[in-house]
Amino acid sequence: MTKLVEVENLNVRFTGERTVHAINGVSFSLGEGEVLGLLGESGSGKSVTLRALMRLLPKKRTVINGSIRVAGRDVLALDDDELSMFRGATVSMIFQEPALALDPVYTIGQQISEAVIRHEGKSQREATARALEMLEVVRIPSAKRRLDAYPHEMSGGMRQRAMIALALACKPKILLADEPTTALDATVQIQILLLLRELQREFGMSVIFVTHDIGVAIEICDRVAVMYAGQIVETGTLRQIVRSPLHPYPRGLLASTTHGAKRGQRLETIPGTPPSLDKAPTGCSFAPRCALAEARCTEALPPAIDVGDGRMARCVLAERIQPASV
Amino acid sequence: MTVITESVLQAAPVTKTRGYWGTVGRRILRDKVSLICACVLIAIFLSALFAPWLGLADPYQGSMIRRLRPIGTPNYPLGSDELGRDMLARLIYGGRLSLIIGILPVVFAFMIGTVLGIVAGYVGGKLNTAIMRTVDVFFAFPSVLLAIAISGALGAGIVNSIVSLTIVFVPQITRVAESVTTGVRNMDFVDAARASGAGALTIMRVHILGNVLGPIFVYSTGLISVSMILAAGLSFLGLGTKPPEPEWGLMLNTLRTAIYVNPWVAALPGVMIFAVSICFNLLSDGLRSAMDIRE
Repeated sequence: MTKLVEVENLNVRFTGERTVHAINGVSFSLGEGEVLGLLGESGSGKSVTLRALMRLLPKKRTVINGSIRVAGRDVLALDDDELSMFRGATVSMIFQEPALALDPVYTIGQQISEAVIRHEGKSQREATARALEMLEVVRIPSAKRRLDAYPHEMSGGMRQRAMIALALACKPKILLADEPTTALDATVQIQILLLLRELQREFGMSVIFVTHDIGVAIEICDRVAVMYAGQIVETGTLRQIVRSPLHPYPRGLLASTTHGAKRGQRLETIPGTPPSLDKAPTGCSFAPRCALAEARCTEALPPAIDVGDGRMARCVLAERIQPASV
Repeated sequence: MTVITESVLQAAPVTKTRGYWGTVGRRILRDKVSLICACVLIAIFLSALFAPWLGLADPYQGSMIRRLRPIGTPNYPLGSDELGRDMLARLIYGGRLSLIIGILPVVFAFMIGTVLGIVAGYVGGKLNTAIMRTVDVFFAFPSVLLAIAISGALGAGIVNSIVSLTIVFVPQITRVAESVTTGVRNMDFVDAARASGAGALTIMRVHILGNVLGPIFVYSTGLISVSMILAAGLSFLGLGTKPPEPEWGLMLNTLRTAIYVNPWVAALPGVMIFAVSICFNLLSDGLRSAMDIRE
């Protein structure tokens, strides 16, 4: 299968008064029509990974190493014009807070048609027709009138639909979703997730879906990569990771959900806090919080161990632990 | 399920579509203070514009025997000045110059300052430092002093006072534009625009400008009154309009000697300056609240 996105050994460092090693050696790939979930707590580098894919990080204060290939092109080598054509047409993005990600002084129709005109050189009339079509695709009721609505005149769920319409207006191959349901309430969340899943099939897109909510990931993802302190600690299919996580971190995460908990009992938690990212990691970042840590965990960076089935875990224990039969 | 969604669709309140300026206009009309101010300004504008057709006395024609008539004298509804010229005619004709040198510098400064401020705010870095520190140099001087200094250096005259007032206002508008731009620059929708492939120019022209225009516009409207007062001050000092040209600031200056003889007439040009300034200020205030349609 051809891989649409191939990221290899990606490192992102923010320089300035304080250096932050935001991403440390992340590699992953995304096939056509696949939905990959990037799972992790805040500060684990999910959004930074996403933004690096589109080169949206501030140029002056960011150092990016490694290779990012999207649709066969080296993203890090694109010049400004190529980047403009690449963004929106090949890869497109939806954001966490639709109220902030839509420009408040333009109508929904204007914003969508602006993108269409820019990428496809259509006339205003054609672009407006496309905008209307997109609003219908994302099932916004009375789409025709919503074309002339300002973002503040719409509800949160409606805005996120409009945001999705805007992102998909130029038929991108890859959609990057940065916690698109976090700012929405639960009933709207599930509607948006179902819509995304449906559109993904309909358009044959690949999606990278960032979330900190395992429940959301379960709804939408085919494969999941769990991130911790700027590294991917485990990748596998959704089923593998949820049923039998290898790395102690996702195991701890799954244990701390209310899912299997008994009423009246305290939830299991992972002790400690994530490490500061001032220095590049020299050992396992999770070791200080890990109940199973050994001396060698802090001595050297644990290797990414391939345990078969396209499954990877960055933990010394993975050598021993055989994946439970699924 | 379908029944429910259908009824929801019917019930969904869809605001009647109006353009942005339509909404703003409607809200201004509802605000009584702004409405009155706008009417006063429009009246002054129109009378200044159509002054030659209003059947007024000649504003240049003096009369040695009818000097300093009080308000209400027959044929001199607002009295006459120290050379016996009709005050009503001079006030209305004076509005032409006063309004021009009150508004034009702000318009020019608005255009220059907005561009400078947006570029400085959006690009940031060294360019920002260069633009904003240059602007700071101008801030070191009080605006009255700066206007007098530049006018003095350029020489008296209407064009020169417009130039000097523009130079006075550009730094102020640039600073406002820069600060609102830095506020908008990091908003998600700018990132979203970049993510959909917009270049720096498009982002500045469409997304930044659209969002910062309101605050800058309101601030600039407030500057018109300052500009009128400064222009009047320049004329008062002999750096602006030259006699016998009617202009409110100049009239205030020449009538100052008559303040003990006929204080009401002497105060009239000042009243005009005051009325126009306060109307612009109140209007800019009303505009501020009307343009914030997200409230």
